[in-house]
Amino acid sequence: MRSGGGISIWFFVGVSLLVNGALILGAGMWQLVYPPASPVVLFHLHANVWWGAALLLLGIFYSLRFSPPRAS
Amino acid sequence: MSQALAVFAAERLVHLSAVDVVIIAFYFALVLAIGWYLRGQSNTGEDFFMAGREMTAWIAGLSFLSANLGSLELMGWAAAAYQYGILATHWYWIGAIPAMLFLALVMMPFYYISKTHSVPGYLKLRYGEAARTLSSVSFAFMTVLMSGINMYSMALVMKVVLGWDINFSIWVSSLTVAIYVALGGLRSAIFNEVLQFILIWAGALVIPVMGLIEAGGWSNLKAEIAVRASAEYTHLWSTLGHFSDNPMGIHWTGIVFGLGFVISFGYWTTDFLVVQRVLSAKDLRAAKMAPIIGAAFKMFVPFIVILPGLLALAVLPQKLMGEGAAVASGGHSYNEVLPLMLARYAGPGLLGLGITALIAGFMSGMAGNVSAFTTVWTYDIYRALINKNASDEHYVKMGRWTTIVGVLISVGTAYLVMSFLSIMDYVQALFSFFIAPLFGTVVLGMLWKRTSSQGGFWGLLAGTLSSVGMWTWVKVDPSALRYVALSPHARDMAENMYRALWSWIVCVIVTVVVSLLTKPKPDAELVGLVYGVTPLPHEGDVPLWERPIFWAVVVAAVFVVFNILVW
Repeated sequence: MRSGGGISIWFFVGVSLLVNGALILGAGMWQLVYPPASPVVLFHLHANVWWGAALLLLGIFYSLRFSPPRAS
Repeated sequence: MSQALAVFAAERLVHLSAVDVVIIAFYFALVLAIGWYLRGQSNTGEDFFMAGREMTAWIAGLSFLSANLGSLELMGWAAAAYQYGILATHWYWIGAIPAMLFLALVMMPFYYISKTHSVPGYLKLRYGEAARTLSSVSFAFMTVLMSGINMYSMALVMKVVLGWDINFSIWVSSLTVAIYVALGGLRSAIFNEVLQFILIWAGALVIPVMGLIEAGGWSNLKAEIAVRASAEYTHLWSTLGHFSDNPMGIHWTGIVFGLGFVISFGYWTTDFLVVQRVLSAKDLRAAKMAPIIGAAFKMFVPFIVILPGLLALAVLPQKLMGEGAAVASGGHSYNEVLPLMLARYAGPGLLGLGITALIAGFMSGMAGNVSAFTTVWTYDIYRALINKNASDEHYVKMGRWTTIVGVLISVGTAYLVMSFLSIMDYVQALFSFFIAPLFGTVVLGMLWKRTSSQGGFWGLLAGTLSSVGMWTWVKVDPSALRYVALSPHARDMAENMYRALWSWIVCVIVTVVVSLLTKPKPDAELVGLVYGVTPLPHEGDVPLWERPIFWAVVVAAVFVVFNILVW
């Protein structure tokens, strides 16, 4: 959906997923290097690494697919 | 809930890291940026109140669902799942899906073709000013009160979970909503609701995924629940043969007729908070597809709400308890189940996203309340009763100010509730008084052309008063429960369902009787409003998979399969 020929809502969604994904992936990588003293349950699965990576990839796709220059 | 939360406020459940705080701050910045970006695109009444009626089916559908996905709903039903087991899923499946499909296929054409701005606006066209006034005043009043109650409850949750000051939570979240809705109107609310919908899923889905891994899959989860609680906790229908056979104290007739028919149809087809999103659709096909898309996603919401509650039964080392027991023993209450599960699996970053999901849920619900209140106040109260002939520009200005005032009244309600906690129970009961009879009035008006203006008004009034009467009767004499809810074993939820059913029946009977005794409107005045005298546009020669009826059948089939799988 575009409003008045402007930015698509999906671009905003993409930016949000991209930034959140990057931050979560970064935090997960940090914990890989410096494991916490009191880890969460199933820490060995490193959920924040793969969850952050998934959000980052999805965010990149949506940001590029619906970016304003491409849309115009 | 509130008393327990206040007691536990001293010991927060989770501690945020710097990256969590950045994620939450980024969320607030983004929703404000969206409001700022859209500020110049809401200069006319159609733009500000109806988002220009240019939303696609996907946007309107996700927004339709998101406006209902409040954070208290997420946390409350996760708690109910821990307490009552999978029975809580009824509120997402039979308590939503049939009604959403009915809205799409049967009612949406009349809402859309009539070009009404609101549900009270439809009542004006169909029944006249009296019915609209009764409906709009009650809706506007209850909407801001409910918004304030949700605001206070959310602030308490933030205090318990994060240790945040209640005043900080109330003012930051409410002012953010006020700014982005006042700037961009319904379009801004809808844009943010779509973003919030995505964030809710991104933040909450990690719990069931990790939980199922820890529990060893669905079969092992059921086996563990059977040991730690009861095997009945994982059956949806098979325990509903008698009131005393299930933890909810409810009979299948209450679920099917009370919840599945009256309450659900009342909420999803006549509550303007959700219907407004669909009215913003760009054409009739999009308006019909939007609730179907919403229904498809609604079916999966139990995976992020109910499943965490069930997983908590199996994996949490501590036993959660009712509020009174939690206060007395210093343990955790049912209402804390979702944050506890989040803290169990979510490390830095993921925790911030999970908390963002809760905040997003609260803000989408509040924006829904505020934008619906603004429209009903401006069009159905201010323009109808106070200032009939102002310019479009004047009404838009009124809408922007009403947004601010509506939020401030909600904040005031939040502080009022803080001082008088019992108000919360009364207001929630009050809200339920209007929903069931309103559905009777609207559906009769749409499907039976003989319904007269007098019938519509007196039926709505009688149904509402009968609901108030039954509620008061049980309050004064608790033994009356065996008459209202058909059993002395019935619990609160069962009472609500049967009260809704009876008030709907009273509304329908009074409407029919009064209509038969009074003069109906001529057919010419009912065109575009009533089945049988309204030419419905043909969908044209489009492939089967582009027709709303096809996707409604697909959703209905999946709905049946899901129910059978956990029978």
